[in-house]
Parts: sequence; C-alpha cells; structure tokens
Amino acid sequence: MAFSFFGGLHPKDNKAYTRDRQIEPFAAPDVLTISMSQHIGVPCEPLVKKGDPVKKGQKIGDSKGMCVPVHASVSGKVKAVEARPHVSGMAMMSVVIENDHQDTLCEEIRPRDRAQVDAMTPEELIAIIREAGIVGMGGAAFPTSVKLIGGIGKIDTLIINASECEPYITADDRLCREKADEIIAGIRLLIRILEPEETYIGIENNKPEAVKALQTAAGDTGIRVKPLPAKYPQGAEKQLIFAVTGLQVPSGTLPAAIGCAVLNIATCKAVCDAVYSGMPLISRVVTVSGDILREPKNLEVPIGTGFDVLLEACGLEGEPYKVLSGGPMMGSAQYDLSVATVKACNAVTVLGKKSRFHVEDPHCIRCGKCIDVCPMRLMPVLMYRSLGSNDVEEMKKMDLMDCMECGCCAYNCPAGVPLVQMFRTGKQKIRSAQQK
Amino acid sequence: MALTKQKRELTISASPHAHGTVTTRGVMRHVLIGLTPALIGSVYFFGFRALAVCLVSMAACFLFEKLWCVLLHKDDKTYDLSALVTGLLLAYTCPPTVPYWQLVIADAFAILLVKMLFGGIGKNVFNPALAGRAFLFSWPVSMSTWVKVGWENRAGLFSAADIVTSATPLASMHRYEMPAEGLWDMFIGNIGGCIGETSAVLILIGFAYLLITKVITPRIPLCYIGTVALLTFLFPMGNDRLLWMASQVLSGGLMLGATFMATDYVTSPVTKAGQVLYGVLCGVLTVVIRYFGGYNEGVSYAILIMNACVMLLDRVGRPKKFGTPGKKVAGK
Repeated sequence: MAFSFFGGLHPKDNKAYTRDRQIEPFAAPDVLTISMSQHIGVPCEPLVKKGDPVKKGQKIGDSKGMCVPVHASVSGKVKAVEARPHVSGMAMMSVVIENDHQDTLCEEIRPRDRAQVDAMTPEELIAIIREAGIVGMGGAAFPTSVKLIGGIGKIDTLIINASECEPYITADDRLCREKADEIIAGIRLLIRILEPEETYIGIENNKPEAVKALQTAAGDTGIRVKPLPAKYPQGAEKQLIFAVTGLQVPSGTLPAAIGCAVLNIATCKAVCDAVYSGMPLISRVVTVSGDILREPKNLEVPIGTGFDVLLEACGLEGEPYKVLSGGPMMGSAQYDLSVATVKACNAVTVLGKKSRFHVEDPHCIRCGKCIDVCPMRLMPVLMYRSLGSNDVEEMKKMDLMDCMECGCCAYNCPAGVPLVQMFRTGKQKIRSAQQK
Repeated sequence: MALTKQKRELTISASPHAHGTVTTRGVMRHVLIGLTPALIGSVYFFGFRALAVCLVSMAACFLFEKLWCVLLHKDDKTYDLSALVTGLLLAYTCPPTVPYWQLVIADAFAILLVKMLFGGIGKNVFNPALAGRAFLFSWPVSMSTWVKVGWENRAGLFSAADIVTSATPLASMHRYEMPAEGLWDMFIGNIGGCIGETSAVLILIGFAYLLITKVITPRIPLCYIGTVALLTFLFPMGNDRLLWMASQVLSGGLMLGATFMATDYVTSPVTKAGQVLYGVLCGVLTVVIRYFGGYNEGVSYAILIMNACVMLLDRVGRPKKFGTPGKKVAGK
C-alpha cells in the first residue's frame, strides 16, 4: 500500500514535540473573545449585549441561512460586543466575555440517555448537531449540519478523516488515542443519519497507537480503520477519497457527486458530546507546538482563548518569527497575538527565526520538482509562467482553479518561488474576471 | 496578557511557512560534485593543463556573470553556483590544448549573450555551455586537435606545442571505419578527446551520484543513449553490429552530453512524456549528424537543436489533472 495519491511530499513532521503529550484541560482565562465568524457561510448575529450575564454553553450568536450558532465557553459577563482581530487576519464581530470562573452551566444543557438517543430520527439528530454549533473541525469549518442535510440519501461511502498530515499537529492523534469510544459513538450517529454502505476511518500509518485504539473501539460495528501511507497532503479531502476508494472527485465538483462524504475525526467526537451530553461545541483540542516552546502541549482549550495565553502556558523561548493558526503548510500567520481560538483552530504553531526561508527575486530553474509533488497533477511551473502574462484565459487553461493551495509546490521549489502564494492571487483574478 | 503588551515583530506571509532543504545552490553543488570524477580522470589522462583549463573557464564564467550584475545593477545571483557549472561544462567540451584566450571569449559568449541577456538563470533558451562550445568552433583547428592520451605526452600548462596528436574513435567512425581503440580504453577513458568526455566510467559515477541525490531522473539520459544504441545497432557501418554500437555509445560526448547537458533543467522539457521525446529526438539527431554531418560529433548540436524545441515539447505529455478519470466526467 505504497501508493495513495499522486504527488505529495514528506515534510519534516515535527510531531515528536507533542505526540506523547496527553491532552490536558486548559483552564479558561479571565477574558475570552468569541468570534461570530467561526464557520464558512453567514456570520452569526450577537444575541447578547454588553453587560449581559452569560452561562457556560449559552447560545450567544446565531443567524439564518448557512449558519450555525456559537456559544459561551464560560460563564460570566459580556464585556464588549465589537470587532476584534480574527485568525483570518481581518477584524470580526466578537463577543468578549469576562470569566467569573464559576462555570455555571446553562439550564438547557441536559444529557440524554441511550434509549432517548436511539429513538431519535435523523432530522432530530441533525437539529441537535446544528444547535450545538458543530462545524468541520479539520480546518475548513463547513457547518456539519448543512453537509449532513445535503448528504441524506446520497452518500454510499462515509470517510472519517484522521490523517492529520500537517507537521507539528497531534491533536487528532491524541484524541483518537484517548477518546476512541466517543469518536466511534459519534460516527455511529453519523451512520444513522447518512446510512452509507461503507464507513472508513482514514488515518496515516505514522500513528500506530491511534490506529489500534480506533480498531479496538470500532470492534464489530462495521467501521473500517484504513491506515494510509504518511504523506502530505493525505488529509486533503479529494486525496483522501482517492486513497480510500480509488475514485477521483471530478474537477469542480464536491465529494457528494461521487457519493462520498468526508468528516473530520474531531467533528465526530463533538457530535457524540452534543447528542449524549448535550454540550455544544465550546472547547476543542489544540496542539500548541513549535520549535521555540519550552513545553509544547496538547490542550483542551475553551473556544475564545487568546493565543497569547496559550503561548504563555507553553513557555515561549526567544523571539517568535511567525505564529500560525494551524500548521506550517496551510496555517495562517498572525500579526496580533490577542487573536482567539476558533472552532476550526486545531493548532497554534510558533516558528523561530531559523525556519526563515526567503529568496529575493527568485528565478524558476524549470526543474519540474513542483510537477512531481502536485497532488492535483497540475503543472505549477507553467501556471507560474501564465501568471506573468496576466492573461486570465491562459491562467484558466492551465487549470489554476483546480489548485487546492496545499503548498507542496512552494515547499519543494529549490529556487524559492512563492508558487502557491502567487496562485492564490491568480485565482482571485480569475474570480473577479468571472464576476464582471 | 504580557505577550500582547510587549511589542513583537511577527512576520506575516501566506502559507506554506515551511520549505524543503533543496535549493538552487544545493542542486548546482551536487552537479559540480557529480562532475568531479571526470575532472580527476582528465588530469590523469591529459595532465594539469586540463585542470587549468577548467579552473580558468569557471573563474571566467563567474566573473562575467558578476560583472554583468554589478555593471547593470541587476540582482546578483552568482551565489547559486550555476556560472561555475557552465564554466566547467564548457571546459569539458574542449580539447585540453584549447588556447585560454579563446576559451575565455567563449565563456563570455556563453554567460553574457546566451544566459544573462535572456534574463539570467532559468530564462535562457539554449544551454550556455553548449552554445559556448558551438561558438568556439570559430577556431576549428583548436577544437579538433586531439592530443595523444598519456602522462608522458601531456600538454604544458602554458604551451601546447610539441605534443603528439592522435585520432579519436569518432573520427574513424565518421569515415565508417571501426575505431582502432579498444572498448576497454573507451570505457575507462584512455582515448583522445575533450577534457571531460573521454571516460565513460567516471561519467557514470557522476550519473549515479546525481540519481542518488535526486538531482536528475534517468529519463532523458536513458532515452538519449538508448536511442543512439538502438539506431547504431540497427544501422551499423562496420561488420560487427555490437562492437559498432558500443563504440558509438562510448565515444565522443554522448555520455557527458546525455548525463550533464541534456538534463539541464532550464533547457529541457518539464513533462515526463516531453522528456522522453526530447531524449529520443536528441538520440536520433546525434546519429544523423554523426553519420551524415560534415563534422564527426553530433551531440552538442543535437542538444542545441532540441533546446529550441523545448517550448513545444512542454505542451506534450501534460499530465491529466486529478479529477479527470477517463471519459466518465461530465463536461470533459
């Protein structure tokens, strides 16, 4: 099983920093900033105003359309409702909560027992999942309820993504090792909703303990754990589907077009929590790691905790060069450390000066190493050339829109050409040309 | 909260934030290392003049590129070592007796006109070293005087007079005669010829090094040499097919050209199918020129001609992008 998808590469995974670190609950800080933009789609409207008391798990934002609510992750008082720095680099409407450290639970949160859950219809389950504010926790933050509603009756293969191919991140690995039963329970709820013929958990084979834990927990449920070669970007949706089923998602379509649905493993755990314990998505496992931390950790972090608090807890050693939300391949660099964790933030990665790589005026040497690693089988070297011409038609012809921005080409480029970075600009040009 | 209070300089940029270990400079260093066995061999076969020619050529190329950048206020990229590779390869394609001044003019032509004028590394259409060699044929006598191989007959560092000249296997074969030299001599390099081309075994060591360090894939060299082997086997001009084929493969600049010049990133195609076609066509042209051309060597011109076709070959063999499995996909 050496072949799983075209291209890809093996960046230094740096997972050893946190691989053996148990998930620690992280005490909520004094102030939390809960963004109203925690998913793809319509941002939430704040449901509370300055001065309001809030309880842990209380809904504090919601809206109509493609939107799922957000909840207070602690109890306390609303300190402000205003735009604050967001991990995307923009300022977003946020509810700032002053923590009273009482953790007074919202009355609406009530656990359900097995019999109650077993009696529920798929629609009722989806309603719970929506109300719990669950989104895809692998990074895309697509509202899970929307994906499930769209998938009913159309899905024959359900794939749970536990690949975690980004360097440094071990949050999902630890979750599989420590909470395998909850994960499997969550997956069984998803199976009840989608009724797929086959269910797989795709996981890279560099996490043998997690594979074992999942296999044990899965038992005879029919959920198959599929170890895959460790290769970046194994966790990319289309590449994962190909590795598991051998099917290619047609260019420009979604996995549902070939009867597949992919959900992140942490999302499954959140589904289990929401349905059985009634707890909405108010905390998640975050890997805080990097090459200049004294004590990198896996932390169960309340949503809305500032990056600065997390870094302080892990002991910053020396000047950070970059602080990323996510891993080094696809994470976004932060300019303000007061940004807070969101539902899709699986890691905070701190890189020191020695990871700096910059070439002034890079010259492509046409080595073709970008073509070798492109998982979408594109030709970055020629796409790069088409950008120079500024000709939108030429860019389209080079399939620029099929680029999923995994960053393999730029990682591998000996000349240091910022390929994927330029492709993003090019894609934007194509999009704005199409809008005209 | 202390962290936000302090002023921190954080760098913002688009992902990815990690980079592989391979750099242009690293690639060029590997190529230089891969070329070293042949250099050592040339000193053994032709004396220290061979080394001097190589050093002069490398220094000249480096200085010309530096000069271009400084005088024209261009971004100085000499640290990528590519000028040294050009200099060394150009020296390799010259006889050890080549006059230094002619070589330096060829270096200037290669670096200034063929490489820098087109925009520097990555932008040139033709392989600078080979173009420089083609330019050197402005002095045909210098380029076709072959010293008899051997330490006792080595050329002096400053004077190339008083040396015994000899024929090369290629010259005999150009007259459709079997070469007088034995296969073993051709294999180890105990024959007359250009500085870096004579020893097949030392070039093969360099080839293996480049393969191991993943600088090149064997696609172009194998297609190139394979095509030459096949054609010379099918159409031998002597009575022993196998011997004719082996002599053709081991003589002249084929090994050197196929390994180190046809694989030049900048002037070869980027697609796999394009590379196969490029290698095969280089092979065909080489045999055609060797058989029917006025001059007995065809490698450098074959590669130069194919350099001009690279833009065309890049269109061939474009990989089928992910998400287009056969004809099942709608709209395709």
